[in-house]
Amino acid sequence: MALPKYTETRYRVWHYFYLGICTFVFFFLIAPLFVIFPLSFNAEEFLVFSDGMKRLDPDAFSLRWYEDMIYGTKNPWGLAAKNSFIIAIFATLGSVILGTVAALGLSSRHMPYKGLIMATLISPMIVPLIISGVAIFFFIAKVGLAATHLGIVIAHIILGTPFVVITVTATLSGFDHSVTRAAASLGSNPVNTFMKITLPLILPGVISGGLFAFVTSFDEVVVVLFLAGLDNTTIPIQMWTGLREQLSPTILAVATCLIVLSVLILVSAELLRRRSERLRGINR
Amino acid sequence: MSSETNKILTTDGIPLEESLKKAERKNKIKAFLLVCPLLLFLIITYVFPIGEMFTRSIDDKMITNMLPNTFKSMESWDGQEMPEEEVFKSFYIDFKTLVEKKEHGKLGQRLNKEKNGFTTILKKLFRQIQRNKIDENGSFKEQITSLHKRFNNVEYWRAIKRTAPPYTMAKYLKGMDLFIDENGSVAQVEEDRRIHRILWLRTLEIAFFVTVFCFLMGYPIAHLLATLPMKYSNLLMICVLLPFWTSLLVRTASWMILLQQQGIVNDFFVMIGLVSDDNRPEMMYNKVGTYVAMTQILLPFMVLPLYSVMKTISPSLMRAGKSLGGTPFVAFWKVYFPLTIPGIGAGCLLVFILAIGYYITPALVGGASGTLISNQIAYHMKTTLDWSFASAMGLMLLTGVLVVYWIYNKLVGVDNIKLG
Repeated sequence: MALPKYTETRYRVWHYFYLGICTFVFFFLIAPLFVIFPLSFNAEEFLVFSDGMKRLDPDAFSLRWYEDMIYGTKNPWGLAAKNSFIIAIFATLGSVILGTVAALGLSSRHMPYKGLIMATLISPMIVPLIISGVAIFFFIAKVGLAATHLGIVIAHIILGTPFVVITVTATLSGFDHSVTRAAASLGSNPVNTFMKITLPLILPGVISGGLFAFVTSFDEVVVVLFLAGLDNTTIPIQMWTGLREQLSPTILAVATCLIVLSVLILVSAELLRRRSERLRGINR
Repeated sequence: MSSETNKILTTDGIPLEESLKKAERKNKIKAFLLVCPLLLFLIITYVFPIGEMFTRSIDDKMITNMLPNTFKSMESWDGQEMPEEEVFKSFYIDFKTLVEKKEHGKLGQRLNKEKNGFTTILKKLFRQIQRNKIDENGSFKEQITSLHKRFNNVEYWRAIKRTAPPYTMAKYLKGMDLFIDENGSVAQVEEDRRIHRILWLRTLEIAFFVTVFCFLMGYPIAHLLATLPMKYSNLLMICVLLPFWTSLLVRTASWMILLQQQGIVNDFFVMIGLVSDDNRPEMMYNKVGTYVAMTQILLPFMVLPLYSVMKTISPSLMRAGKSLGGTPFVAFWKVYFPLTIPGIGAGCLLVFILAIGYYITPALVGGASGTLISNQIAYHMKTTLDWSFASAMGLMLLTGVLVVYWIYNKLVGVDNIKLG
C-alpha cells in the first residue's frame, strides 16, 4: 500500500490516520486473547499480573492451575470436557449427514419451492438463539429427553445444520454436473457416483461445514442451559457458572486450552478453504 | 400437413414433451426426497415447537375448564347489575367440584391475577363448604354474598366473566407493561413496575449501538484486508478469524480480566496519566463493559461479509473515478461506497440480529444494566416457570427480528446478502 510520490500532504496524513485506525482495530480484536495466556501461568490466585510476573521471575509462574484443572478435587472439567466432546462429535455427524443430503437436493435445479425450503432450513441460524432455545426445550421436554445427552445432541443438530447446508450448497454451486452424468453413462449407480465422484469433490465444503457445526455445538451455552442436567454439564456451562460465581485462574487454564483448540480449528478451516478453491478452479 | 408431424416422438413413440415432463417430475421428486429428511426433522423438532410457543402464549384454557357452568350461566349476564341466582348456583357447583379435586387453590391464584382479593374470599367460601355450612336448598346468592362484602361487589363478578374466553392476550400485554383493567380496557401498569419496557428499549439501544460501532470499526479493516496484497492480508485475516473461532465465553472472560478495576486497561490509563491510581474508573458491570465486549465479539461478523463484497470490487473502478477528475474522497464516496452496500447490509443485519438475542456477555460484564430481554426470557423459563410468558416475549422478539428482515429486504434485498 505504498503511496505514489505525487500524493498530496492531506491525503498522505489521511492515509496514515487510516492505517492507524486499522492497527488499533486489529489490536482490539486480537489482544484480549493474549491476556489469558500468561495469566493462566500465574502462581498466585489473583487475576492480575503480579510484580514477579512483570519482572519475569520464574517463581511467579507455575502450572498449578493446569494441575487443578486436571487433578483438582471435585473438579468438574473432566466430565464437562468428556460430555462436550461426545455431544459435539455426534451433533456434527448428524448435522453433516442431514445437511449434506439436503444440500444435494437443494442445489438440483429441479428443486421445487427452493426459496421457501432454504429459508426453513437455515432458520435456526437466523432466529435469535434464546427463541430457538425455548422452542427446542418444549420439544425435548415433550418427548422426555430433557437432561439427556441425546436431547442436547438433537438440539445441536438443529443449530448446526444451517452451516452445513450453506457451505455445501456454496461448494456445489461451482460443481460441474457433467462429471456425475459421465459416471452414470459409464454404468455407475447413483450411490456409487456420490461416494466416488461427488463426495471427494465437495469434501472440503462438507468438512468446513462440519467444523462450523462442531464449534457451534462445542461453544453453545444458551440452549444447553435449558436442557442440561447435572450429568450433562459441558465446558461452556462450567465456564458460565465459573464466571458468574468467581473468576478463578483455573478457568483461564481451561480458556487457554480452548484457544489452542480454536487455533487448530482455524488452521484446518483455512487449509480446507484453500483446497476447496483449488478444486473448484477458483484462482485469486 | 397432419398434426402427427408437428409432434416430435421419442424412440418409444411417446411425444417428447410428455417424456421430458415425466423426467422432470422424476427429478423434482428425487431432489425433494433428498431434502425431506432434514426438512421433516426441522419441522418436527423446531418449526412446530415455535408454533407451540404461540398456542402456549395465548392459552387460558385452565380456568375455562375449571368453571364451565359459571361461564355458561354468565353468557346471558350483561355485567352491569349483580348477576342472578343461577350464576351463583353454578359458581357454587363448580367451586365445590374444585374443592373435591383439591384444585380450588389454583383457581384462587388465577383469579387473583385478574383482580386482587380473590384468594381471601375464596378461602372463606372453601371453609364454609368444608364445614357443610351452605344450605343447598336455600338461595346461593344470599348465602355467598353474606360471606364477604367483596362477593357483593359486581367488579369481582366482572373479573370472573373476563376470564371466560379460552384465549388471552394478557401475556403479550404484560410484556409491554400493559394490562386489562376492571373496565376491560387496556391500561398501563404503575410507573414503578414498568420493567419490561425498559428492557426492550435497553436491548434495542445496545443492539443498535453495537451495530454502529462494529460498522465503524469493521469497514476500515475490511477495506484494508481487501486491498492489501494477498501475503499480508492472509496474515491479518488471522486477527479476524481467530476471535471468530474462539469460544464466546473465553472472549468474555478475557474482557472481564482486562476491564476489572485493577485490570490492564485501567493500569494503562494510570500509566499514561489519564486517571489517578486511587480513582480508577469502573469499566465493568455497566454499559461501557457491555459495549466494548460485545463490539469485539461481534466484529468478525461485520468484517467477513464486508470483506467478501469488497474483494469483488475491481481496483480499476477507483482509478477510473480518480482519472475522471474525482478527488480520492469523491471517488470513494461515489464509486466504492455504493458498491459495498450489500456487504454493509449483510454485516449490519447479522450483527444486529445476533446482538438483539444476546445475553451471555451482557449478563457477565454488564452488571445490573446487563439484563436484556433474553435474560428475562431465560429467567421466566428457568426460575418462575412462567413458560407462557416466556413464549410470549420470545415471539415478540421474533416479530421484531422479522420486521428488521422485512425492512432490510425492502431496502437492500435479501438476495444481496453475501456471507464469507
